[in-house]
Amino acid sequence: MLKFALKRLLLAIPTLWAVLTIVFVLIRIVPGDPTIVILGDQASEQARADLREKLGLAKSIFSQYIDFMWQIAHGDLGRSLATNRPIMSDVLSVLPYTLELTLASLIVGTVIGVPLGVLAAEKRDGFADWFARVFSLAGLSFPAFVSGILLLIVFSLKLRWFPVISSANLVDPIERLRALVLPALNLGLLMVAYVTRVTRSGMLKALGEDYIRTARSKGLPSRIVVWRHAFRNALVPVVTVVGLYLGVLIGNAVLTEIVFNRPGIGKLIVTALNQRDYTLLQGLMVVTAFAVVLANILTDLTYGLVDPRVKTE
Amino acid sequence: MSLAASSGPPSRRHSRLTRLTRSMGLVIGLAVVVLMIVAALVAPWIAPFDPDDQDVLLILSAPDATHWFGTDAFGRDVLSRVLWGARVSLYVGFVATALGIVIGSAIGIVAGFYGGLIDRAVSASTDILLSFPQLIMGLLLVAVLGASLTNLIIAIAITAVPAFIRMARSSALAMRERDFIDACRVLGYSDLRIMAVHILPNSLDELVVMASLWMASAIRTESTLAFIGLSVPPPTATWGGIVREGFDNLLDAPWLALFPSLAILIVMIGLNMVGDGLRDATDPRAAT
Repeated sequence: MLKFALKRLLLAIPTLWAVLTIVFVLIRIVPGDPTIVILGDQASEQARADLREKLGLAKSIFSQYIDFMWQIAHGDLGRSLATNRPIMSDVLSVLPYTLELTLASLIVGTVIGVPLGVLAAEKRDGFADWFARVFSLAGLSFPAFVSGILLLIVFSLKLRWFPVISSANLVDPIERLRALVLPALNLGLLMVAYVTRVTRSGMLKALGEDYIRTARSKGLPSRIVVWRHAFRNALVPVVTVVGLYLGVLIGNAVLTEIVFNRPGIGKLIVTALNQRDYTLLQGLMVVTAFAVVLANILTDLTYGLVDPRVKTE
Repeated sequence: MSLAASSGPPSRRHSRLTRLTRSMGLVIGLAVVVLMIVAALVAPWIAPFDPDDQDVLLILSAPDATHWFGTDAFGRDVLSRVLWGARVSLYVGFVATALGIVIGSAIGIVAGFYGGLIDRAVSASTDILLSFPQLIMGLLLVAVLGASLTNLIIAIAITAVPAFIRMARSSALAMRERDFIDACRVLGYSDLRIMAVHILPNSLDELVVMASLWMASAIRTESTLAFIGLSVPPPTATWGGIVREGFDNLLDAPWLALFPSLAILIVMIGLNMVGDGLRDATDPRAAT
């Protein structure tokens, strides 16, 4: 297992390198002179030259690229154009919020999605199946900001169960948990759609296998047949979808953070966009790339745990 | 299939009912989508007001008989703006998806057909691009290219390309080994002809299903970017943009965010119903 994990980590390096290269290139295809984009066309030649020097734009594109990779290898994301603060410390200060949101919604998504999918497959064409189908259609259709706004209108404006504007005081653990409920539900319920679908179709396939008939015919209780025999075998595609969904989750977290006014990576991305803070944007993309690659590694490692047939050598 | 069915109540009535509701889903979905397209096309004639006409005396007024969806912070008629916004959203969704299909399936078929080094290079790049969240990629592209209709379409098309490459590649890969392709080679057909006339049509089913699902995804991305402020610049009405304006006035005028949100939702549900219905109709294995 350890050997497999190490091998998987090594394999991630080329992917990471390629993604970082894409980020580097994208940030540098800004049309026109970036110094004009940042300073405006009224800026003096001197100011623009200074900024170019500061951004390292005076160097050749190749040495910029080497610098970029060298910095990242040392855990340095550079400094923000707007605030001149180290980007890494900005990221680290909001990262816990995004992580807790992502984790909470993963829990909501799997805890509701998996049993719903199993139930839908077990009682195929019954009410649970119909409900699961409608629910997953809705979940696949809602853009995260639309569902977030609807939740906000219903639970904060009408029912007044939760504050409209999340409390700025997130130190108090109760307040922090309260501020987490709606955003986590928003992201989690959208995820239920994907998880339910895959669990259902995986379960239907597993329940049709010969060994299930054998298990049933030797008189095992249905609960054991479903959960121990069928579910274990339906789990691999579920893990795949949860892993793939982490990418979607990161994108949706951006929107959820805007709608619920939560601090986090998403809020920071929007700040970077509004202030045309390209170094901050670049740093945030690097962080996102790392997160996605890490999520993929974790998914692959989970396969080995879930299904012993997946060779770990 | 039959074994799978034995796990649930094995009544034939049920499965027929399911099949009926499924195809009904396809019909309803198609009706919704067609209705929306028609509404977008005839928006200039059916919109009750000019979408950019401001009425300073009627700011953020609630829905009434004159302004069915109310008015926004500039006193503009929201119904008219939602109708005009449909033009942008559907246009971007359609053109971006079409571009994604054409580019993606061309690359995918070539990679799958020739295999070898081209295939490996294409597959590796696709895997990398797919590992990047679609929304983040779109956001980054529009941010660096600048927010305009063309750039929006380019950005969303780029995010769609890898998925279509992967699909067309796997289908070309499976097709390549089939006897009728060998027969084509024996007859001396050119590679281009084999790919365009014999491989492409065989993957059309899957392409159409994926296209409808991706169009939903493209519209979602467009409205999302507009919500963040990265779409066609104002005053042009876009669904996501109106939702944003509504969101900024959520406490005073919740309806402003509600109506464009519902418009987005209805189109998304319609397209997803079409996609699911088509998949069930074309792929019997998926209809479990």
